[in-house]
Amino acid sequence: MLWDGKMKRQSDTLLFVLTALSAILMLVALYLALAGAPEANLKSETGRYAQRIIYFHVATAWVGFLAFLVTFVGGVGYLRTQAPKWDIVALSSAEIGTVFMLGVLVSGSIWARPSWGVWWVWDERLTISLIQFFVYVGYLMLRGSVEDPARRARFAAVYGIVAFVSVPINFIAIRMWRTQHPLMFGSEGGGLSPNMMFTFFFSLIAFTVWYVTIMWHRIRLERLRDDVERLKQRIVG
Amino acid sequence: MDYLHKVFAIVWKDIIAEFRTKEMFSAMFVFAVLVIVVFNFAFELRVSGDEVRRIAPGVLWVAFAFSGVLGLNRAFVLEKDRGCLDGLLLAPVDHTVIYFGKMLSTVLFMLVVEVIVLPVFTAFFGVNLFDLRLLLVVVLGTLGFAGVGTILSAMTAQTRAREVLLPILLLPVAAPVLIAAVKATAGVIDGLALGEIAHWLQLLVAFDILFPAVALMAFDYVVKE
Repeated sequence: MLWDGKMKRQSDTLLFVLTALSAILMLVALYLALAGAPEANLKSETGRYAQRIIYFHVATAWVGFLAFLVTFVGGVGYLRTQAPKWDIVALSSAEIGTVFMLGVLVSGSIWARPSWGVWWVWDERLTISLIQFFVYVGYLMLRGSVEDPARRARFAAVYGIVAFVSVPINFIAIRMWRTQHPLMFGSEGGGLSPNMMFTFFFSLIAFTVWYVTIMWHRIRLERLRDDVERLKQRIVG
Repeated sequence: MDYLHKVFAIVWKDIIAEFRTKEMFSAMFVFAVLVIVVFNFAFELRVSGDEVRRIAPGVLWVAFAFSGVLGLNRAFVLEKDRGCLDGLLLAPVDHTVIYFGKMLSTVLFMLVVEVIVLPVFTAFFGVNLFDLRLLLVVVLGTLGFAGVGTILSAMTAQTRAREVLLPILLLPVAAPVLIAAVKATAGVIDGLALGEIAHWLQLLVAFDILFPAVALMAFDYVVKE
């Protein structure tokens, strides 16, 4: 069934509003992170600047893992119903998650250099993020290697589930192995002041809205692609 | 009992096929030894004497994992190439029987390779690996590796990229197995008591149960047309 004209216009209007909203939220988050939030209580000047990356870094990581959860849910939904829309959700979320996970690794490295003196350490959260990134890459490569759409969707769903189940056990293994990452909400020093908290959570919300917006765009794209395919069939056939 | 009987029928089929061709075992074994030899070249320049004990667990498990990937790849690619997978699927058994059969035969091949590699390793590096506790670690680690590897191998055998794809899908997911197995092996080599490496063994056991359970639910979707 082609998208009904009125419904489509309504949903497009809503998407436009959402896009504008997430643009505003992101700009405000950027301002808060760079200027709004108070200076961190750190000795080195570069350290104080670098500290401001956490507002975006943590929010990016949050979206990266959230996207993974959505891919898992999409996979389960697909296996239960065989409805392509679930597969589209899973795929869209995996693609977005890959980009965000790369963002986590890069922003983390930029922060680590002035703070720890190295670009990378094999700490638990860094390692799990890296492995997560590779899982996403594997997911997309698997999809690229299967031609039949139904089989592609099934395989992707199964891998999405297997990979998601591996997250907690990976986390336990790596935590037992080592940890060095600063705790955001530790009982002792190094935590965030109330003013920082505001920026922190504002970024989380802004990034989440942004994620929903991109998801919507991506799903819409897939739907339009389907429409084009059907129109082509109608004209040719 | 009937279920187990069917599973063993598949394992038995794989063993007979292996005895006739001797393809898989020889490839896995030679590759595992080659990995160790390559590591010897790679580390010889900087590691000496007692330090070998510190790198031994890692070298050992990399060799096991890589040769395991070889074995896992063959497990389904062979069936697929010769049209046997369709035959297996037509057999009047639950599809999970195929999963467990294939997993157990892979575990068996990997274990045989590993049990032979251990003395070879001992001879090459002078690290004593004759220890029953180590055997326990090896069995648990292999079960976990093959447990998740078998379902992924069933998928990759049906893709265009085939052999290339399996390690890329498998290694990130199997990372906990490798971490726990290496840590437990190191514990054994360092002469720790079983209680001191128990938490790693528990992790391995959890992994060994969790992934076959997931595979049990998902395997049908992997093999059905």
